[in-house]
Amino acid sequence: MEYISSYPVRAKVQAAAGVKILGRFNRARAAQLTLPHFVCQTPLFMPVGTQGTIKGLTTSQLEEIGCQIILGNTYHLALRPTSELIDELGGLHNFMNWPRALLTDSGGFQMVSLLHLADITEKGVTFQSPVDGKPMLLTPEESIQIQNRIGADIIMALDDVVKTTITGPRIEEAMYRTLRWIDRCIAGNCPVTHTWKLDDTYLLVKDICVKGLVERDLPGYAIGGLAGGEDKDSFWRVVAQCTAALPEDKPRYVMGVGYPLDIVVCSALGADMYDCVYPTRTARFGTALIPEGVLKLKHQAMANDTRPIDPTCECMVCKNYSRAYIHCLVTKDAMGSQLLSYHNLFYMMKLSRDLHSSIVDGGFRMEIHSDMSSVSFVNY
Amino acid sequence: MKFTVKAWSKGGGRAGLLQVGSCSIETPALLLNTRKGLPAFISPDLLSSLPTPDSRLLQFSPLHFSEGISLKTISELGGLHQMLGLHEHVFAAVPRDSTISLPDYQSSNKMGASFETPCGRLLIKPLQYMEMISSMKPNMWATLADEVPAWVSEKRNKASVDRTTGGAVFGSIVGGSKIEERKRCAKEVAERNVSGFCLGGFGLGESMDEHPSLLGAITEILPEDKPRQICGLGLPEEVLQGVAAGIDLFDSTYIYHLTLGGFALTFPLEEIRRHGYGDQLSDTGRDGSKINLKATIYRKDTSPILEGCKCYTCQNHTKAYINHLLNVHEMLAQILLEMYVPSFLPIAVALFPGLVILTRNSCHFSSHNTHHYLGFFRVIREAIKGGTFEEFRQNFVETRRDHILAAALSA
Repeated sequence: MEYISSYPVRAKVQAAAGVKILGRFNRARAAQLTLPHFVCQTPLFMPVGTQGTIKGLTTSQLEEIGCQIILGNTYHLALRPTSELIDELGGLHNFMNWPRALLTDSGGFQMVSLLHLADITEKGVTFQSPVDGKPMLLTPEESIQIQNRIGADIIMALDDVVKTTITGPRIEEAMYRTLRWIDRCIAGNCPVTHTWKLDDTYLLVKDICVKGLVERDLPGYAIGGLAGGEDKDSFWRVVAQCTAALPEDKPRYVMGVGYPLDIVVCSALGADMYDCVYPTRTARFGTALIPEGVLKLKHQAMANDTRPIDPTCECMVCKNYSRAYIHCLVTKDAMGSQLLSYHNLFYMMKLSRDLHSSIVDGGFRMEIHSDMSSVSFVNY
Repeated sequence: MKFTVKAWSKGGGRAGLLQVGSCSIETPALLLNTRKGLPAFISPDLLSSLPTPDSRLLQFSPLHFSEGISLKTISELGGLHQMLGLHEHVFAAVPRDSTISLPDYQSSNKMGASFETPCGRLLIKPLQYMEMISSMKPNMWATLADEVPAWVSEKRNKASVDRTTGGAVFGSIVGGSKIEERKRCAKEVAERNVSGFCLGGFGLGESMDEHPSLLGAITEILPEDKPRQICGLGLPEEVLQGVAAGIDLFDSTYIYHLTLGGFALTFPLEEIRRHGYGDQLSDTGRDGSKINLKATIYRKDTSPILEGCKCYTCQNHTKAYINHLLNVHEMLAQILLEMYVPSFLPIAVALFPGLVILTRNSCHFSSHNTHHYLGFFRVIREAIKGGTFEEFRQNFVETRRDHILAAALSA
């Protein structure tokens, strides 16, 4: 409790983008999010293009299926081809030739989860350079600078990343440090365009954290530290608590959330944006997303199934191919992953569109299968 | 199927028109390599961005479907065209495919032909092969090549088989590198009621110098009014050898192997000018006809693979981006390259010991290389029609040779 009094003077950050609410249904909102490169409709799902590409899809295909924002991983891009090179070549949009919106993360999470000997101090994240093993430091200020060189529409402030399974004073420490880091970003005259903040999952501390962040009037808020194996009950409760406390006119981004069911529930609770590697990763394992849940194309039963993956799906994969043909491709030919990734992302984009339009039309209703394994939409 | 020769070149090459399925395809033409009917990396929606009708001619091997899907299911789906959603395309079946099913002539016997495939060694009997063809219903198919005497007994089946499958039959001509055997096989097959001929047994490690005499000996015997297809001639120089000998259709894995290696084809298609190459000789990985996009000189190169190229890759992406994709081993690099490239790894490695060829996936390449190689065939056809083929061929071969020598000397 003694930390609160040592907070620096709060600064206001100009919110350059707006969220315009177009419709509501209970706590769910359908909105328009205006970004420098694209005007988006929420709720929306953002595919993860870690290294400046979505695995196996071209930017024209992504546009075709209705993708609005792609996420790029700062850690990976800073490593190769480096943020300086991206900057020199006009930013990530130009580099990839992606005309719509981009979001980058702070790099902190990737470092902590991917690197040996990564550690967090008050200064920032210390780690061993994967290139030459030298000790390095990523400060909140530098994370912003790297992201600005990459040039995404939405960037994330570095947070003190804490595993969801940790309990005790470390949580509190992380929370207050995160707030101090945000203030450093704001005060340090980093040209912060749209800064988002991460929470952690610890319920009690969260209230203080959320209040602290809301006071700073940031352009948007991200709810993170979830999707790490905690049970569903806690997960939804945390999201509900956060969205209740966050301002209405700012977008709410739940990080790492990708199961269609989770997206629908979080949207019902008032969240707007999501990202996850799940749809594309599961495609590479031969699994397709369908309204009833998932379809494992590797199963022998698929070998003679002449139906499309999803008869209700309008994508080019479902319009042209049978389960049997995809079955003989998966895990053996790159084309199998490509076609499934295409279908799965098409499915997620359609889910986003359906969420938006059903909230706008006022008929948003979910039917959740009794074992929570699948969800379908019903429009009135 | 209908084939007519439209123009002749002095040396024996010809330009023709092949009408098959719903397509009218000008020859000499390239058959695009596929795995299970689709290109390795170019998805079907992107396939339509390639020039038509050139890119509609697809090769496949029935052996690709030895496991994973039954013939019954393929028939239920209505055959290849339905199964692949490529109704406007022309499918040509060849029993062998250099990328995954190599013919194993040692084990072939009178019972059937043997192949090494990812499922192990398969012995395919002529009847089995016919079942595959019947369920897949390709527009054109090459007979199973094996000992001539065994096929004699199949003669009677051929006419009835034609009616069942509806596809045009191409008689396979084998015989290895022995001219006399080739001639004998060619004579035998030439007498049969086939719609065309498929020259097999090339691209199996024989030297390029052997080609002209072998090819010439075969084509001399074959009737002029039927199309000749060849498997295994991939390099541009080999294609030119084949064209000069009177071959009309080429099935090659050149693009596939180049794409895997991160190469992009760059030889100028409009005309080959020797002095035009001079200032590029010092580039690492350039031999005037292709570039290795993994090379660090391309890290910040914001130009397209080839200025003026109309393929999807060159219209949308830079060398810098593809360089990055290759370095981080992203599939998109190969998609983009295949759409734009064509394979001859052994020669490349021998001549450019400094080149590091990594076999990783990349999407973008595929698109560019295919586009470019289709363009190469277009230039060949124009040259034949314009009566300048021999000149074009000599020019091309000599220029490439100079480059290769210069690059080897400076390495």
